[in-house]
Formats: sequence, C-alpha cells, structure tokens
Amino acid sequence: MDDIRALSAQLAQDPQSLVFLRLGEALRRKGQLEAALRVAMNGLERHPHLADAHDLYARILTDKHDYERGFDEWDMAVRIAPHHTGALKGLAFLYFKVGDIEQAEAHLAAAKRVEPDDPSIEQAIAMMRKGASPPEPSAAAADSSTAASPTAASSTAQAPQGSGLDEARVFAGLEGANEGLLLIDGAGRVLGGALKDRAGTDVTDTVAAYLAGVSQEAARTAKLLGLGAWTGLSAEGQQGNVHLAHPTSGALLLVVRERGMPLGRLAILAQRATLMARRWLEQQ
Amino acid sequence: MSQALDMITRVRGVRGAMLVSAEDGIVVAEQLMEGIKGPAVAALAASLAGRLRRAMDAAGTGAAAFWHLQAEQGALLVVPGAGILVVAVAEPDVNIGLVRLELLRAVEAGL
Repeated sequence: MDDIRALSAQLAQDPQSLVFLRLGEALRRKGQLEAALRVAMNGLERHPHLADAHDLYARILTDKHDYERGFDEWDMAVRIAPHHTGALKGLAFLYFKVGDIEQAEAHLAAAKRVEPDDPSIEQAIAMMRKGASPPEPSAAAADSSTAASPTAASSTAQAPQGSGLDEARVFAGLEGANEGLLLIDGAGRVLGGALKDRAGTDVTDTVAAYLAGVSQEAARTAKLLGLGAWTGLSAEGQQGNVHLAHPTSGALLLVVRERGMPLGRLAILAQRATLMARRWLEQQ
Repeated sequence: MSQALDMITRVRGVRGAMLVSAEDGIVVAEQLMEGIKGPAVAALAASLAGRLRRAMDAAGTGAAAFWHLQAEQGALLVVPGAGILVVAVAEPDVNIGLVRLELLRAVEAGL
C-alpha cells in the first residue's frame, strides 16, 4: 500500500510521467481493478501511442474478464510495437481461450524470437501443448522484474458457447437461416443462427470468436474519422461475400452468401435479418 | 504511388486516400484532407482488415478483395493488395462503385 501511495504522489507531482504504468500495475496486483483502470485510461489519454500503456490496460481488462477489449488493446500494442512480448503473450493467452491453438503458438513463438532467454515463454508453450492455459501475462515489458504471473482464471477455458436461448428461431423463415446467418454478442458468444463453410463444416464458433471486437473496432474507426456511428460493413471475398451489421449496440450480425450475390443485395438481406434479430433480442 | 492516390482522390466525395502496410498498420503514403488522423486510422484499418481476414477465412469465403465500412456521415473503403491496404475515406454520397474501381485499379497497377 505504501508503494501505491508513493507512486500516486509521484504521479500527482508529474502527471505526464510514465509512473502511471507502475501505479496501474500495482493497483491491478492488489485487485483494485477500478482504480487501476482509471490510472491506465488517464495514462492512455496522455500517451495514446505508448505500447506499454495499451498492454497495462489490456491486462486490467483481462482481469475483469473483458477479453474482447483486452484483445483490442493488446492488438493495438503490437501494432505500435511489433516486438512487445507482453502483448504477444497476452494475445497468445486470449487466442488459447477461444481455442485457436495455432495462433496462440504463433504469438508465443514470436515472443520467443524477441526474448529467447525468457523461460516463461517456453513454459507457456509447454503448458499449452499439454492442454493447459498459458499463464495470463501480468507484467509489462517495461517492468519485467515484477512479481510472478498469476495463473489464468480458468485453466480449462474453451471457445465461447451458445447462450442457451432459443437460437434456431432468430432468423426463422429467412433464406440461409441455419448456414449463412449468425448473431453474436460483443464477447463473440453465439446468440443465434449458424454458419457452414463451403464444405458444409460448421464454423459457427470459430467465426464468432474472430468477430468479437469487430463492432468496437468499426465504431472506433468511424468515430476517429468523424463519420458518426457505423451502420454496416460489406466485404467481397474470393469465394463469398459477407455483410456485418449491429442490430443493437451489443450484438453483431453476420450474413454470408455466395460470391454471385452482389453486395447491394446482400445489404438488403442484412437489413431484413437485422430487423428480425432486433425483434428477437427485444423478446429475450 | 502518388499517381495511384491522385486517381482515387479525384473521385468526387473522396476526402483522402492512403497506402497502409497491412502487417503493421503504418502509413506508407497518404493524400488526406486536413483533420483526418492518418496514422490512427491506418492502424485501426489494418487491425480491422486482420480480423475480417481471419473471420472470412474461417467462414470459407476466402480473403477479402474489397471491403467497405459504412457510417452515418461517410465511409471507409479498402482494397487489400500484396502486403498493402489501399484505403479511401469518403463522404456519404460518394459513388462507391467508382471508388471501388479506382482502388482495384491501384492494386492491379502494382501502385
């Protein structure tokens, strides 16, 4: 607690200093997550391009089980500093949580290339291969001497599952209701609909996990450009087209169709699906 | 590069165009109207492109050849090339088809 007082005093004396990184981490370790969050956010406002600040924010969000935003922040940290091992380990942890072992291993391997002598990375890779969750990153790269990492909240975390609502009814009557329409919440959990790839394999959970955070990122991009609220995202793929919409602020709708369906028509179909999803969500 | 950006920004309603490194979201070249935060938009566009690519790969639609973020007061249009994203920021009433063509041309011409 003395540390926290001393660090708070230092920060009060010099609000522009980077001491907020140590204060935020100290508060996080004490479990004072709301206070840690405020410190991290204030620091980020002053240092928006500092990778360590995004890393700290991500660790606090992850402690609060806000994995979607945690992913965004670690993703941003790596974009600012591609060799940021804290962020690489954080992304590995979150990829593992959604069941994407390949991406988790790739991120740990990238961290190992940066810090080949860090035994914790090798240990995390070994744990992951045994099926256990790698440790949740807890120390900023700038402060690697701090205490040992706490273990993840759940060592058997699996990909997000459906919510148990009557999901088959969301898009009842709409073409492709069970293979090309998907409704998820902000954390990438399936609310309704289903997706199958061209081979007929169910890819619902995987796609849902990857889409977690897209809504927030689209909103941030539109806001940054002064474009107001985002209303949709259309994409032409080599074998199919997709349209994303958000029926409510917390939900995301994905419509997938063959390449032959023009984006304009896809947007109309998405509008109909959005209305159905909104009504269905209101009834829940 | 600047010629490719010229062609895109000549389309009426386009407020700016950028070439962005798909890998790290860094601006490679830009022609933007004042007030557009190029580096921040580039980072977010690259991040969004990465998420979209992973989701579309998983959905079996293949990589995105063009994507378009629609918002109340404008749009962000993106064509991914080899390691590069060609990005346009546009007004809401822009001719999307025309911008899409110019973005695709820029990529086909190898910038």
